[in-house]
Amino acid sequence: MNDMRRLERDVDTSDIKISAKGVQVYYGDNHAIKDVDVSIADKTVTAFIGPSGCGKSTFLRCINRMNDTIDVARVEGDIRIDGEDIYDKAVDPVQLRAKVGMVFQKPNPFPKSIYDNVAYGPKIHGLAQNKAGLDEIVEKSLRRAALWDEAKDRLNEPGTGLSGGQQQRLCIARAVATEPEILLMDEPCSALDPIATAQVEELIDELRQSYSVVIVTHSMQQAARVSQKTAFFHLGNLVEYGQTGDIFTNPQDPRTESYITGRIG
Amino acid sequence: MTDATVTQPAAPGGAPKKTSLLKLDQRTRRRNAAEKRFKIYGMIAVGIGLVFLVALLSAIIVNGTNAFTQTFVTMNVTLNEDVLDKNGNRNPADIKKVSTFGYAPLINSALENKVESLGIETLLEDGGDMRAIMSASAAAQLRDYVLGNPDQIGETIEFRFLASSRVDGYLKGRVTRESIARDRNISSAHLLLIDDLKELGVVERVFNWGFITGTDASEARPEQAGIGASMIGSFFMMLVVLCLSLPIGVAASIYLEEFAPQNRFTDIIEVNISNLAAVPSIVFGILGLAAFIQFAHLPQSAPLVGGLVLTLMTLPTIIISTRASLKSVPQSIRDAALGVGASKMQSVFHHVLPLAMPGILTGTIIGLAQALGETAPLLLIGMVGFIASEYPNGIQEGFLDPNSAMPAQIFEWAKRADPAYYERAWGGIIILLLFLMTMNLIAILLRRRFERRW
Ligand SMILES: Nc1ncnc2c1ncn2[C@@H]1O[C@H](COP(=O)(O)OP(=O)(O)OP(=O)(O)O)[C@@H](O)[C@H]1O
Ligand SMILES: [Mg+2]
Repeated sequence: MNDMRRLERDVDTSDIKISAKGVQVYYGDNHAIKDVDVSIADKTVTAFIGPSGCGKSTFLRCINRMNDTIDVARVEGDIRIDGEDIYDKAVDPVQLRAKVGMVFQKPNPFPKSIYDNVAYGPKIHGLAQNKAGLDEIVEKSLRRAALWDEAKDRLNEPGTGLSGGQQQRLCIARAVATEPEILLMDEPCSALDPIATAQVEELIDELRQSYSVVIVTHSMQQAARVSQKTAFFHLGNLVEYGQTGDIFTNPQDPRTESYITGRIG
Repeated sequence: MTDATVTQPAAPGGAPKKTSLLKLDQRTRRRNAAEKRFKIYGMIAVGIGLVFLVALLSAIIVNGTNAFTQTFVTMNVTLNEDVLDKNGNRNPADIKKVSTFGYAPLINSALENKVESLGIETLLEDGGDMRAIMSASAAAQLRDYVLGNPDQIGETIEFRFLASSRVDGYLKGRVTRESIARDRNISSAHLLLIDDLKELGVVERVFNWGFITGTDASEARPEQAGIGASMIGSFFMMLVVLCLSLPIGVAASIYLEEFAPQNRFTDIIEVNISNLAAVPSIVFGILGLAAFIQFAHLPQSAPLVGGLVLTLMTLPTIIISTRASLKSVPQSIRDAALGVGASKMQSVFHHVLPLAMPGILTGTIIGLAQALGETAPLLLIGMVGFIASEYPNGIQEGFLDPNSAMPAQIFEWAKRADPAYYERAWGGIIILLLFLMTMNLIAILLRRRFERRW
């Protein structure tokens, strides 16, 4: 719909990491994502905003093929990462997911120790040569997720025994521990206090140096603070996509405007 | 409280009606009464269950404990060389030639001597008459001893022999003077003798390990019968069941639950597994008879065949409980594992299976316990009715030689005419129940252990 504008934007982003064209997602008869085209740049933070149930999580889950695990879900269209079609028959979703990390909307730590939660990914991908290397990865990841100070003395306690916000940060630590190229974060700060939120935002900003980050958020302020690009979803449509500053100061679509000013949602 | 306010809407435009929290309103009172009634129903239900349990347990204990004690007669037997080794050169072949029949006179004279030396007055004429108080197994016991220790021939040695089942019954109160009125095996003169011998400590009733460890005996010698051999039969069967049904059942469930596509074919499989769980066990018995014995020509009455049949019966139980416990692991755990790039298999084996373990183990042990107590399918493959009078002598024989199993042995005993066997059937039930309780205890402990990890 806003093809002209998007083309302009695409031109000034140097490196396209993820490009999606004509993506449709159906849950049985429910058409949850309707013909979404979007190009996500490398080394940027892209925010997905929109009212509840508009399909943000669904679209996010297309990018690492987590929708494959839902029997009724059907994905159509073309999604490419670095120009490679991730829905190609030759692509192994397991390999894809090692490259595209994800923080889920609901914190889902393994019922294992905090240490094992973070170490699991690096272990199965062979990222550490030895125990010391693994310890280092765990510490670094927990630090990045702003959980180290709280968790360092209880690494052997179960991750499920942490508070909701701590669990959320544990899941962030677990996702960054595998060093993905793309990090998909589905409302990573929904249960965090302002201090932890600031720390996670700092992390997101830091990750931007090397990765492409896609974050779903219900907080306009957060989208404005951390992202360079923002996409507004509404009822399964991508209504507007552009530079974050433009979206918030000068929305083109009336639906975007009413959402960010708090009239729909 | 919210209900109450809903049913009493505030006056239009006015403030909501004020109610006191200290006074129960009608609705709350009715709800509380319903709750109390329900609690009482529940307690009645539990009470009825408990009454049945207590009745069952006390019946078993009252009837069965007697089987664990047995009456023995202690006396000195002179191993007469003239009878046992005529040539006097201790040649094992010669000694073997003397049958148990030849040992009878030794026991007769030993009995006679004992009674005489104790100065007991009896109406019985000689040792041959008195021997009715002894088990027929005494001669065999004596012979086994002599064959094992030929150098003892000529000596006088103290032996403890089983008393006959009538004498045992007399000490246990099962046999009375009235009940033996027309019994040709024993007379009231014998009972008088027993009274005297018991007074002097020659005849005594003690704990009988032979019942737990022994083999089955012929119809006429209930005092000698034990459940040990059939326990071994059951053990080998359970080994087969465990080694087959656990891996097959768990693998099938994991495949069906985690990997198989959801389509009509898997639906049919699912329905059929549920149906199999409800199939009467005797059907599995006849299937085993046809498939394993008549078609595959495996030996009859063998624990291996019993185990295979019981495996068929246990599999659905294990599959259903395993699938239920796999299902109860939240999807978010699988998502978490897949999300960090684990393969499906890794997510199942590293995360889902450990969480499902307590349920799987409980299901398996309950399946095994069921199989341990199962009798009907064993009828058809010949394990019921087989007299397990010998221990298997080796692992291979344990699987392939005909044997009985505990429930089959119990059934067999209960069928026999002699009331002494009826008592042993109850005793067998106690042992079987002890095994089942142990297995349930193990299930509980394993459950605790695996659950305590998180
Ligand atoms: N597993 C599923 N099965 C069936 N329908 C689903 C499933 N997940 C999501 N949907 C449907 O897809 C639509 C989009 O859901 P989605 O979770 O993507 O929304 P969202 O934008 O992430 O909302 P929120 O902000 O509340 O998380 C909804 O209508 C929802 O009902
Ligand atoms: Mg969502």
